[in-house]
Amino acid sequence: MSPLLSFFSKIDPQGETTVSPKVALSEVDQQMRLPAIMFITCAILWLLVGTLFAIIASFKLHTPDFLANWEFLTFGRARSAHLNAMAYGWSNNAIFGVGLWIMARLCKAKIRYSGMLILAGIFWNLAVVIGILGILTGGLTSVEWLEMPPQVAPLLAFSYVLIGMWGILMFRFRERGHVYVSQWYILGALFWFPWLYVVAQTMILFEPARGTIQALTNWWFAHNVLGLWMTPMGLATIYYLMPKVLGRPIYSYYLSLLGFWSLALFYNWAGVHHLIGGPIPVWLISCGIVASVMMVIPVVVTAINHHMTAVGNARACWCSPTMRFIVFGAMSYTLASFFGSWMALRDVNVVTHFTQFTVGHAHHGVYAFFAMTMFGGIYFMMPRLLAREWPSAKLIKVHFWCSGLGIGIMVVGLQLGGWIQGLNLNNADIPFTSSDPEALTIMKALVPWLFSRSVSGILLTIGHFAFFVNFAWMLIGPRAVRYKEGPTLLGKIEGKGA
Amino acid sequence: MKNLPLLFFGIFFMLAFSWSGLILSSVIQFGDLKPIALNEGETPMPIARVGVAQQGKEIYINQGCLYCHSQQVRRKGFGADWERGWGDRQTVPRDYILQERVLLGTSRTGPDLMTIGQRQPSADWHHLHLYNPQITSPGSIMPPFRYLYKTQKIGDAPSPNALNIPDTFADEQPPEGYEIVPTERAEQLVEYLLSLKLDYELPESRFAQ
Repeated sequence: MSPLLSFFSKIDPQGETTVSPKVALSEVDQQMRLPAIMFITCAILWLLVGTLFAIIASFKLHTPDFLANWEFLTFGRARSAHLNAMAYGWSNNAIFGVGLWIMARLCKAKIRYSGMLILAGIFWNLAVVIGILGILTGGLTSVEWLEMPPQVAPLLAFSYVLIGMWGILMFRFRERGHVYVSQWYILGALFWFPWLYVVAQTMILFEPARGTIQALTNWWFAHNVLGLWMTPMGLATIYYLMPKVLGRPIYSYYLSLLGFWSLALFYNWAGVHHLIGGPIPVWLISCGIVASVMMVIPVVVTAINHHMTAVGNARACWCSPTMRFIVFGAMSYTLASFFGSWMALRDVNVVTHFTQFTVGHAHHGVYAFFAMTMFGGIYFMMPRLLAREWPSAKLIKVHFWCSGLGIGIMVVGLQLGGWIQGLNLNNADIPFTSSDPEALTIMKALVPWLFSRSVSGILLTIGHFAFFVNFAWMLIGPRAVRYKEGPTLLGKIEGKGA
Repeated sequence: MKNLPLLFFGIFFMLAFSWSGLILSSVIQFGDLKPIALNEGETPMPIARVGVAQQGKEIYINQGCLYCHSQQVRRKGFGADWERGWGDRQTVPRDYILQERVLLGTSRTGPDLMTIGQRQPSADWHHLHLYNPQITSPGSIMPPFRYLYKTQKIGDAPSPNALNIPDTFADEQPPEGYEIVPTERAEQLVEYLLSLKLDYELPESRFAQ
């Protein structure tokens, strides 16, 4: 037998005596414990780093002289460091932790050699550190979502393969039977992300495609990182946790089927809407617009499915930390997606394109939906991995309210401000700046809205810090163990566990 | 779902479908565009950017100018690109074929730069603007790039390329006997900005009336 085959047969757990589902789950938890804790710890540290860069970039945009004489923190680099710390640091680590854990639980696969997963995770995070240092010190590529110097791409791709492979292996050696909707999403995402990443790196940075084909590849990639990597992982988390916490099945199997396939079909093509009016063939732009509008189907279908599952359980949704974040995420998914479809229409896009509206929309999707869902996932996962409860319900509340209000202010502020900016941009009589202090300028109309983003950034920072303190306290605090009191809830529930 | 081959095939096919549709088809449709002359005997356009201007593009890239400035002109009637004088015609795929990195951009926090070399042909203006945007564009939120300039003692005679900062900006004046001059990187960046022009026509994109 070849070494590879013998490796596979060694980690194949089939043939062992069957045990009760609860025992099986706690065994899975036991085996996923260390890797998942490592990924989540890294994710939360990256969240803090990304937040710091976000605050710096946000302040710089309305007060350009802030830290202006440090080249490594110039606006273009600080905002890119923020994006990459959040996307490759926070989001991917959160996905690796929560997504792989859900996959392991649903497959009831036993993970052996999880040390390899930890090692791969260390490589991944090392690559992100090098990449961000590269951005700050002059390796910025100015390719959106691929800002890291291309030299780290092989290390990132390699460590991804070592991490993603575990998801596939779990699936390969799963307990036979029905495959749950979360598994489809996670399996799809695990395949899609490396494909997108490698193709985009190659066609833009290693062997650049000719002319604006680069831009097409760029937006095919960047939009699909959200659409085919973060979104499926977020939806998988919601699909797994919502029935789990509420103790009732998903409303409709057929709707989840329709939602999955229509998402896989339409999201793929939607990214071109970032190039409306740009120097690419119009038929491609039309394809992107059609696909963006068709996204209404998976969004409505998923919304009905989630809503009908949660309906009638408002109290539980409010009192369970997990559900509070997840329901916030699910609702934001619906809303942000509708906005996305609407923004792809040519008449709307001519106003919103090139403005802060797009920035607001991006945060609506990535933060209000994806990050909030991941917070919910972490709130559910950690007590099961550590056999401890969250030490402070107050800190969870602080996290929820600061994050919820913060992102609310940001989305409203940037979209209102961006809309005004777009109307002004389309009116050639309004200059960008003017030597006449009384004159109406694009900048003057925009700056107050940029201030509102900094306010929201401060709120988000407080929320993230509360989350970090609670997490660290739970991880190392001796008083964190609270078996007898039951789970940490945000309110009283009669008769129901959460 | 129990039909796993369908699941695997579907996951693979969906992404292959969009990749073929958007990217492969583009490579086929316009992946081998070549420079073209409008009339016989003229120089085929566009021409490749070389030398100092090309070095300046590296500075443009690693400072992240793209995150506030686009390089594309939309057709007359779609947005106000034409009315703002950002270009006499819309840009088309052929305009970008000789660029190793295409910097279309998706944000216009600042103006489009596709034709900035025509709109602001003065290197002095660009240096003052980069050193502190408030000098040339009061109220701008562009960051100052002072670190691309150095303060040095005036030698026998003032350097010809020393910045001429207006008296109204007392804080930015160099100390007595000193002058502020661009570093090599600033010279390269300005050379790049001056090279950004759209002063030729293509058969598929003529100057709009």
